[in-house]
Amino acid sequence: MTNAIAQLLQPSCVLLDCEFKTSDEVIIAIGGKLFKAGLVKESFIQAAIARESRLPTGLPLAGGINAAIPHTEIEHVLKPGLGMATLRKEIGFRNMVSPQEIVTVRLVFLIALDQPKAQIEMLQDVAGVLQNPELVNRLMILRNFKDVINAFEGV
Amino acid sequence: MDTPKRILVACGTAIATSTVVAKAIEEALKERGISITTRQCKAAEVKSLAGDAHLIVTTTPVPSDLGVPVIQTLAFLTGIGREAVIEQIIEALKD
Repeated sequence: MTNAIAQLLQPSCVLLDCEFKTSDEVIIAIGGKLFKAGLVKESFIQAAIARESRLPTGLPLAGGINAAIPHTEIEHVLKPGLGMATLRKEIGFRNMVSPQEIVTVRLVFLIALDQPKAQIEMLQDVAGVLQNPELVNRLMILRNFKDVINAFEGV
Repeated sequence: MDTPKRILVACGTAIATSTVVAKAIEEALKERGISITTRQCKAAEVKSLAGDAHLIVTTTPVPSDLGVPVIQTLAFLTGIGREAVIEQIIEALKD
């Protein structure tokens, strides 16, 4: 069901059970991995941070573990890709639809797209994960990439 | 047959979020036999494009004085309240 995620998620860009203090730090950490993997330009990181402060992406989810999906303009992206982090301790992101509210987040997908309205399957799969509290819970206890991929693929 | 109603789907940058939302709305209404078209835009473009739409669905705050019904929702991303929002969209398109 979530094969499109598995295809675009690079092992080096998945950070599991990590600890950060701010949303900027999470974006820098995952964004740095996307940069090293050759998927984004160096400017992507600052652009994603700036975009998050103007147009935040925190999403309160049904199961109580919340997520954020930072992303930014296509000119900072070289190849479509996806990075991910699970956080040991919650970090505050602002709510996408009501930015004055803080959403405490433990799951972050950093999305890199090189053209608008593309990668529909991957984006739908990400939404599918967010709408699946059982899967979100399971991601929190996983400690290696292979288990994460298996979880996404429903193994 | 009536011309399909036009829904303007707005998010921050019109790159990722509105793609998911537009697709989800299209599928949900198609299942209910309602034909619509969607157009994606950035929140900053809503004001200039609102006049051409019957309804605006947005995941990010937009001005309120657009002269078109506005539904602000994360339901198509998070699943929370999804059915209620679909009903709200159908209701808003009736006029």
